[in-house]
This record gives sequence, C-alpha cells and structure tokens, in this order.
Amino acid sequence: MSTTDTDTREGTTRRLPAVDWRASVVYVGFVLTFLFFAVTQSQYFLTPTNLTNVVIQAAPIAIMAVGAVFVLSTGEIDLSIGSTVALASLGAALVLESTGNWLLGAAAGLAVGAAVGAVNGVFVTYVRLPSFLVTLASMGLVTGIARQLTDLQSVPVTDDAFVWIFGGGDLLGVPTIIWWTVVVTIVGAHLLRQRRFGAHVLAVGNNTPAARVSGVRVDRVRMWVFVLSGMTAAMAALLYSGRLQGARYTLGESDLLSVLAAVIVGGTALTGGKGSMVGALIGSLLISMINNGLILAGLNVSQQMIVRGIIILLAVSLSLRGKKQG
Amino acid sequence: MTTTTAAPLRLEGVSKHFGGVTAIQRFDLEVAPGEIVALVGDNGAGKSTLVKIISGLYQPSEGSIEINGEQVTFRDAADARAKGVEVVYQDLALVDLQPVYMNLFLGRELRRGPLRVLDRKEMARQTQQLVDDLDVRIPSARALLGDLSGGQRQGIAIARATHWASGLVLMDEPTAALGVAETAKVEEVILKLKQRGAAVLIVSHNLDQVFRIADRVTVLRRGTQVGTRPTAGTDKNEVIGMITGLSS
Ligand SMILES: Nc1ncnc2c1ncn2[C@@H]1O[C@H](COP(=O)(O)OP(=O)(O)OP(=O)(O)O)[C@@H](O)[C@H]1O
Ligand SMILES: [Mg+2]
Repeated sequence: MSTTDTDTREGTTRRLPAVDWRASVVYVGFVLTFLFFAVTQSQYFLTPTNLTNVVIQAAPIAIMAVGAVFVLSTGEIDLSIGSTVALASLGAALVLESTGNWLLGAAAGLAVGAAVGAVNGVFVTYVRLPSFLVTLASMGLVTGIARQLTDLQSVPVTDDAFVWIFGGGDLLGVPTIIWWTVVVTIVGAHLLRQRRFGAHVLAVGNNTPAARVSGVRVDRVRMWVFVLSGMTAAMAALLYSGRLQGARYTLGESDLLSVLAAVIVGGTALTGGKGSMVGALIGSLLISMINNGLILAGLNVSQQMIVRGIIILLAVSLSLRGKKQG
Repeated sequence: MTTTTAAPLRLEGVSKHFGGVTAIQRFDLEVAPGEIVALVGDNGAGKSTLVKIISGLYQPSEGSIEINGEQVTFRDAADARAKGVEVVYQDLALVDLQPVYMNLFLGRELRRGPLRVLDRKEMARQTQQLVDDLDVRIPSARALLGDLSGGQRQGIAIARATHWASGLVLMDEPTAALGVAETAKVEEVILKLKQRGAAVLIVSHNLDQVFRIADRVTVLRRGTQVGTRPTAGTDKNEVIGMITGLSS
C-alpha cells in the first residue's frame, strides 16, 4: 500500500521527485560491466569489430524486448517469444523460397508472429487463463510446429534484397540490423509514452478494475499487447534469417531468458504498471555484452550458461528488490 | 417535480442475481435533474451492486434502465460514460503509478496534433485548475497518485466525477474515508453539482449526512427496496427502522 502519512503542510510545496535507484541499476550495471570486460579482456573486447558485434547480437533481443515491455507493463507475461522466432523465420523463409519476393516473405513472417500473439491473446482475455500457462503451452505447441514444418531441416535464405534489408546490409555506414533496432525501439517508446494505447497499457497493469471502470477496453488492450509481442518476435526472426541467411527451428531458442532479463533489469515492473523502453534497450546491450565477454573469457557453452544464469538472477533481484514495499 | 424534461435516471423493476443469490430485487427509482437521492442500507444490502448496474459494470438480470428518457443497455463502463453517467466508486478506482492528471483523464485522454499524441501539458493544466477550484490540496497535478493521502485521493476521485458530470452522478460512500473538514468540502461539491442541475445518487452510511444534503432517501434491506421518503417528511428513527427491519 501507499503511505498516507504525508504532512498536509507539505501540500503546497512541490516535492522533488524521489530518486528511484532501481531505475538506474541498468545504467550502473552497464558501465561497470563494460569497464570490467574492457580491463580484463582489453585486447579483444574494445576492438571496433567486437563492439559492433555486441550491438548486432543485442539487436534481436532489444526488438523482442519492446514487445515484452508492453506485455509485462500490462501485468502479463509471454513465454512463447523464443519459439515464435523459430516458426516465424521458417514461415518467412519458405514463402520467400516459393515466391522469390522479399516483401511477401517478410509479411509471412510477421503474420506468423501476429497469429501466435492473437492465439495467446484470445486464451488470456476471453478464456481467462493466466498468461504464463497459456504462453507456456503455446511455446511447446509452436516449437513442435516449427520442428514438424520442415522436418528439422533448415531453409536457406538467398534473396539478396531480403538479406540486405534484414541484417546483412549497411546504410550510411550503419548495419541495417541496427537501424531496425533503433526504429522499433523509437516506435515502441512513442506508443508507450505518447499515445493513449500506452497510457491504457500502464493503467491495466497497475489496476485493472480501475482501468475498466474508467472506460478502458481492457480486453482489447490485452489482446493487442500479445499481438505486438508476437510481431516483435517475428521481426527478430526476420533479422536472424537475414543475417544468418537461413531459417532454422533452433533460432531464438535461448532468447526468452535474455529478453526477460533485459526488460526487468531495464526497470519494467514484473507486476505491471511501469515500463521503460530505453531501459530495455540498455538492458539488451548489457545482456549481449555479458554473453560476449564470457565467450572472450574462454568459457565453454555450459559454463557460459551457468555464469549467465547467476548474473541474470543477481541483476533481476537487484532491480526488483523492495518493489512491493514501494 | 417542476421540470418537463425526461428524468436523468429511471429504474424500473431492476433485479440482479449472482448465481442463486438475489442481490437486488425489483428496484424502482426516478431521480430528477438537480435532485439528490440517498441510497441507504446495511452492509451487503446491495447498494454497490445497484451502483454497478447503473454504471454498466453489471448487467441487470431483469428490469429496465432509462437515462434521460432513453432506455439503455450498457455493455461496460465506457458505454455508461458515453451517456453521461459519472461514478465515484467505493474503492476509488484510481491508478497509483500514474500522475494525478492521468487519473483525471484516464479513458478520455486529451490529444493534440495530427499524430494524436497525448497532450500531457494541457491535461496537467486543466487538472491543476480543477483541484484549485474544488480546493483539493495536492502537491501538484503531476504528482504520482500513489503518493497522495487517503483524503487527497478521495478528493481526486470526486474531482474526476464533477469534471465530467453532465447528467447523472453516482457516488458510493464518497466520504467514508474522510475527516470532518474534508467531508464538509465534499458535501459542498455535491451541492454544487445539484445547483448545476445534475442528478445525484449517493450511497451513505452517515444518516446525518443524508438528512443534510439529500432530497429523498431510499432504503434497501437484503436486496429488497423497503421504501422511499422525502427527507423533509421523515426522520432518522424511521429510516433506521426501515434499514434494520425493526419498527421502533
Ligand atoms: N460479483 C458478485 N458475485 C456474487 N455475489 C455478489 C457479487 N457482488 C456482490 N455480491 C453480493 O451481493 C450482496 C450485496 O453486495 P453489495 O456490495 O452491493 O453490498 P453494499 O450494500 O454495497 O454493502 P456495503 O455497505 O458493505 O458496501 C452481498 O451479499 C454480496 O456478497
Ligand atoms: Mg458497498
């Protein structure tokens, strides 16, 4: 509960906004991690190639994080995004292969993402099941479909336009994958901060009955955040397929934890009502930097998973501590 | 009544069942413009349920609701709002993590420009003016709602209803959490609404308050409407007798 002991004499003075230290965890963590790897892995970490790599690896995470910020701000969760990446990439690659049209391929991928999101949304809003159950189930379902679809085979992506637009290309000296990340993040921040939709998302996440009696169409908001989440996963899928020039059922399989960690460390409340797009972007860079540094430090894949798990657990506890007492 | 216009609110035979439980049984009421009607009854009598039916949160099991002479069926609160029904809920219905001005405008945000972006500045300005007018003392229209005291929050909930009120205002125990001075202020605001010609239906457990401000009082006992009296033609003892079912 909120404290109600405000002295009435304070009523007329404008209080300075209290510094919310949790909101800055991600920035402090980012700087400290950067310095740590810069010192311990100086010969490789600081090279322009490696730093560019860090940013490129962060891109799909950052894009999925935009959708996840909306979902978490509504007080829901979407566990199916990793599996959606796999299915959307295969969908895009197959349509691309048969039509040779990059636009149709991209549209197919996005449609797959929107469809998965819509199914999640229907079960959460109209069947009224908890979103973690719904999306846990759809994660399994979608993974199964992705494996079945091409019988575990990868689908090559050879279309030059597609490869250039989604990952391989370079505009004004900046990789297109980074342009996409910037654009999606800006659109996400605009939706969340400056539009009625964002205000309604935050209201639903903070106090659903209050939002409902205030005339917010709660079901419609919930439906849309899941569709958005599916579509950002699909966008990430396009970038993976473009960059790797192929689609595969394993794409995105380890992204769920990274995305959730990036978003929560970035200051979005797991309990809803509070979200930060910029925080999520910095969080994604932080996660990517940690992954990169661990590889440079010579850890094998199993060791990386262990260390990453521990780091994420620590970071998330730091950014969530005391939230409930607030 | 002196007016020839249709009543802002007319209920006829409104009932509500929750499964096997009857929360409201055949409730009739008409509220005229500029009239304050008090709805009283013990805990669990069905007062909040009735308010929620009129505000679109529940659909009546039977009966009809007319707003300004037009029969209505509300699917949700947005529908009721669109017909000019404003509500101050018992549990306040505010959003703690948002600034005061967003709470005032939630669901009807002001927007500007071709992109229709939120006009936060204008919303904050109008909110500040409104709370100043109503003498609700808050640190700022941009303060987080969760940082306000209970009385300040109640003030905001009432300010929101008065700001948007056109025809009908429903208030579910609007002064339950307030001190003496704040209660007086809220009653002043309610009387202002009456002067403006709004119809007010107020739920209250405070009979002194009922006799201070209401024109009529209607009593619910376990979902059944026991009776309706002009406050000038009854007294506290009779009303208490109607509430408890014990004639005194
Ligand atoms: N959604 C619901 N489902 C089932 N029963 C309900 C529901 N809402 C209310 N009731 C029941 O209807 C009856 C009336 O409740 P209501 O909240 O309207 O009482 P009230 O008169 O507002 O009481 P109070 O003075 O305590 O606020 C109660 O018995 C309550 O348990
Ligand atoms: Mg009640």
